[in-house]
Amino acid sequence: MTALGAIIRRDIKIALRVGGGALIGVLFFLTVVVLMPFAVGPDLALLKRLGPAILWLGALLASLLTLDRLFTADAEDGSLDLIVMSRTPLELTCAAKALAHWLAAGLPLIVATPVLGLLLNLDGSASLAVMATLLAGTPALTFTGMIGAALAVALRRGGLLLAVLVLPLSIPVLIFGVSASQAAIVGPVSFGTPFSILCAISLLSLVIGPFAAAASLRQGLD
Amino acid sequence: MKLTELANPTRFLTLAGRLLPWLAAATALALAAGLTQGMLAPDDYQQGATVKIMFVHVPNAWLAMFVWGVMSVASLGTLVWRHPLADVAAKTAAPIGAAFTFLALVTGSLWGRPMWGTYWEWDARLTSMLVLFLMYLGLIALWRAVEDPSRAARAAAVLTLVGAVNLPIIKFSVDWWNTLHQPASVVRVGGSTLDKAFLIPLLVTAIGFSLLFLTLHLAAMRNEILRRRVRSLQMMQASRAEAA
Repeated sequence: MTALGAIIRRDIKIALRVGGGALIGVLFFLTVVVLMPFAVGPDLALLKRLGPAILWLGALLASLLTLDRLFTADAEDGSLDLIVMSRTPLELTCAAKALAHWLAAGLPLIVATPVLGLLLNLDGSASLAVMATLLAGTPALTFTGMIGAALAVALRRGGLLLAVLVLPLSIPVLIFGVSASQAAIVGPVSFGTPFSILCAISLLSLVIGPFAAAASLRQGLD
Repeated sequence: MKLTELANPTRFLTLAGRLLPWLAAATALALAAGLTQGMLAPDDYQQGATVKIMFVHVPNAWLAMFVWGVMSVASLGTLVWRHPLADVAAKTAAPIGAAFTFLALVTGSLWGRPMWGTYWEWDARLTSMLVLFLMYLGLIALWRAVEDPSRAARAAAVLTLVGAVNLPIIKFSVDWWNTLHQPASVVRVGGSTLDKAFLIPLLVTAIGFSLLFLTLHLAAMRNEILRRRVRSLQMMQASRAEAA
């Protein structure tokens, strides 16, 4: 347990320090949201209707951007080999690393959401709904993305491939995240139905992600 | 003949070489029989002659999913039993599966235009098939991104097994989300709702396309084994040249 706690503390510390890049995700998120009015036009009513979708897409792309940090830095300085060889089960270590990554890179996105919602003319309850769906959905993005990150470690230039491999897996999360937040804003479906499916996807990815990532790390590193 | 005896690539090559002509002949027969039967089938009272796209579309869609299933089993063979032919099977099945998925999407949209009035609709079944196609392409890209075949095999095997989660979603998408695509009508609880005039040619073409997959897959596996032999011979030659 102490080993996992140490890994979580270490990863968060590295991610938040200079060069860690966790907060670049938020900056990227902001940039995507700012770009949208230029693309679709500054029509406030339209932006309000598209708001949840824009926020979700921005969060998805931002979390994808930070994903390849999950294992590559450790692979470069050799600490990944030590992690694989240690007595702690690799599955648990992967889960701990993903948790740390989510705390450092995913949570700031959720905190930034209401501010960005203001830019998109979303009212308080709508922003709150998007925040709730992001809170339930971003763990799924991190934990399925971790599989791609672990596969990409074995490759020399995995960045682009990572996006191709991970994005199809994240489509269900996007569908139910956006439909839950739309349901909260305009209806007609109740918020609970898509939201509970979103939670189910997150829980499923919490189970599958660490095992698949650990398997591909073991295979990829030889 | 046990599966473990097939592990010897040389024995596999001889067996595949002996089987291939027979399989190809059986494929041609079944496809010819099924497709002519399909052409001769009566027009549907609602859909007219366009219903005949079904005899190509439905088997392709079935096989698109079946091939991923085959790849998943092969991936288990790679990861768990380290069967030497498993990764060859998985690698060569991917492009064939991608082709079946592509054909299912294309014939589906050609069928959709007169029936639904649109080539494409973001319906659950169509979207999940498109995702399957993207995953096939991603998998092929992964195979090509890693130089060492055995390493690529293990990475791809993990991704294949993760992607298998999509299969039940595709299968049940028409029951869970009641959208444009019609619900399951051939394999369902309570028997098929299809008329015999359509069901029999459909089953025959399904067998024909399955045989086609088997033929193409065996031939592709044979090519892949030979390609790997050439590669290792070239490596040996290169290292010998370096030593000299």
